[in-house]
Amino acid sequence: MGLKQNLHKLKEKYKGTKMAPAFNAIHTFLYLPNETTHSGGHVRAADDLKRTMNTVIMALVPCLIFGMFNAGYQYHLALGDIQAVSSGFFSSEFWNWDNLVIGLWKVLPLVIVSYGVGLAVEFIFAMIKGHEVEEGYLVTGMLVPLIVPIDIPLWMLTIAVIFGVVIGKEVFGGTGMNILNPALTIRAFLFFAYPTWMSGDKVWVHGAVERVGQPDAISGETILGSLAQSNPAGYDWLDMFYGFIPGSVGETSTLLILLGALFLIYSKIGSWRIMVSAVVGALIMGFIFNSVVDAGIITETSKFYGLMSTEFWQHLIIGGLAFGIVYMATDPVTASQTNKGKWIYGFLIGFISVLIRVFNPAYPEGVMLAILLMNVFAPTIDHYVIQGNIKKRMKRLKVKTA
Amino acid sequence: MEHIELFFKSIFIDNMVFATFLGMCSYLAVSKKVTTAVGLGAAVIFVLAVTVPMNWLLDQYILRDGALAWLGPEYAEYDLSFLSFILFIATIATMVQLVEIIVEKFSPSLYNSLGIFLPLIAVNCAILGGSLFMQSRDIATLGLALNYGVSSGIGWFLAIVAIAAIREKIRYSNVPPPLRGLGITFIITGLMAIGFMSFGGMLTGGDDAEVSEVQTAQIEKASEEKEMINENTASVEAVEVSEITQQ
Repeated sequence: MGLKQNLHKLKEKYKGTKMAPAFNAIHTFLYLPNETTHSGGHVRAADDLKRTMNTVIMALVPCLIFGMFNAGYQYHLALGDIQAVSSGFFSSEFWNWDNLVIGLWKVLPLVIVSYGVGLAVEFIFAMIKGHEVEEGYLVTGMLVPLIVPIDIPLWMLTIAVIFGVVIGKEVFGGTGMNILNPALTIRAFLFFAYPTWMSGDKVWVHGAVERVGQPDAISGETILGSLAQSNPAGYDWLDMFYGFIPGSVGETSTLLILLGALFLIYSKIGSWRIMVSAVVGALIMGFIFNSVVDAGIITETSKFYGLMSTEFWQHLIIGGLAFGIVYMATDPVTASQTNKGKWIYGFLIGFISVLIRVFNPAYPEGVMLAILLMNVFAPTIDHYVIQGNIKKRMKRLKVKTA
Repeated sequence: MEHIELFFKSIFIDNMVFATFLGMCSYLAVSKKVTTAVGLGAAVIFVLAVTVPMNWLLDQYILRDGALAWLGPEYAEYDLSFLSFILFIATIATMVQLVEIIVEKFSPSLYNSLGIFLPLIAVNCAILGGSLFMQSRDIATLGLALNYGVSSGIGWFLAIVAIAAIREKIRYSNVPPPLRGLGITFIITGLMAIGFMSFGGMLTGGDDAEVSEVQTAQIEKASEEKEMINENTASVEAVEVSEITQQ
């Protein structure tokens, strides 16, 4: 009780000053607040905003841990120190100390910078505007390190996080008001501002950038990257499913993302409607492209052939599609709010992701931009769904009164 | 195929608002409610669909270099393209007047909510921009010009409807006071443009493939020539060698 009492005293002492929200935030983050509401009717529920956020973070932790091991694994594999994993998901060839050390060394700074900078911006804004610190950054801060390449310089991450939090969220009034997913805004900012650090075949494996042009140069092309150049993927589909492939830190393991998805659906935090419809959308688009290839309209000379001829279900396990659908498309703030709208929204995300993957050679990964695009259109979808409902009920009313 | 490609290209890739930032004034001013935005968007689609083909005819038969040749050989050298702005705007102003009369007659409520911005479509840069892009991009046929007009209109329509829905959504947000109104709208527009960047550079792959085919063909040709040269030199050397041995 000691720390809690002290924090409470501090809070009382600074009440009404600019610093109050900062102490409040630390207090309520660690403990249940002392104050209780006394008047009016209110809903009692355990899952306030902070618990919701923590649930999502719990679903993300397996991906983070896997990302750390994978960072080291890809590094050692590219150097030729170790052999590729041969004996299933729990192989000790993957889960060992050597791999983890590299991962800890490279991934933890990303997490620390992301949280440190983002929360600092949140605290500053809370003090200026004089409201409580909002918990909205907790999930974003966890997502950001998972969707950037391993070797991204920390100063770039800092700038992008500041941009994402200020322009993407705070100017709209803070948590729950933003129109674009802040984590994706941060990634899009990095992607368009520093393209050489965000794409290509040199950024996905630790150490590859420094070794360019040297005799011991290494490279790790993502599967989407090689497919876009019509090269064979070079990985078994089980490797893709388990996640032993190069890519952004936490996006590779479809197995763990699937576990996270089940957890989110079970705890009713993530919308299963969006996840299911996005998967269906991606499968349908992939199937259409497969049929186009089978019909012989696109031949091997076309630049689109590599990704178009990828079997339709494999689109789900390569790249960040699964990660985007489970953790980002389901963001309750920026997604459609209505149930019918969620089906349309999710379907179009899957559909457009695969479309961009295939048709846009400049961006081998389409899911980020597809989600951003659908975030833009989510309010429009909602508007028309609601108008449709109103019309239906008006008709019913007329029939009754007539 | 050509029509489908142009259609999607002008809606998404070369979107009037997010790729070229044209037509911003009415886009920012009339996007407070979805219903009025839909009305204005429909008016813009209609005006673009009529003016672009009309201006295409004007450009093809009166304005461009040598377009007057159909009057007789002595007119073949006239180049009236310096008149394009004035003639295009004249067409547009006429059409907008027509739209205004129609809207006033059939939907007085929409007419009132659009207010001054309905006649101001005449100076909406998206409309003149549509005609000028049609001219500078050398749209080949009347059908394509019609297609271009309609699809750029739809692109603009989508943009204004989307931002109107977003503005309705953020009406209750706690936006910092200095940014309320136009400030936040500009920021939203920028963020929406990031969303639309997903289409930038799309569909260019096919052309690249053709180019690279041509290049490989050229390289093959060049290497064949090289081989021939090599063979020639080899034979010359052989001849020389044989001469030497003869000596």
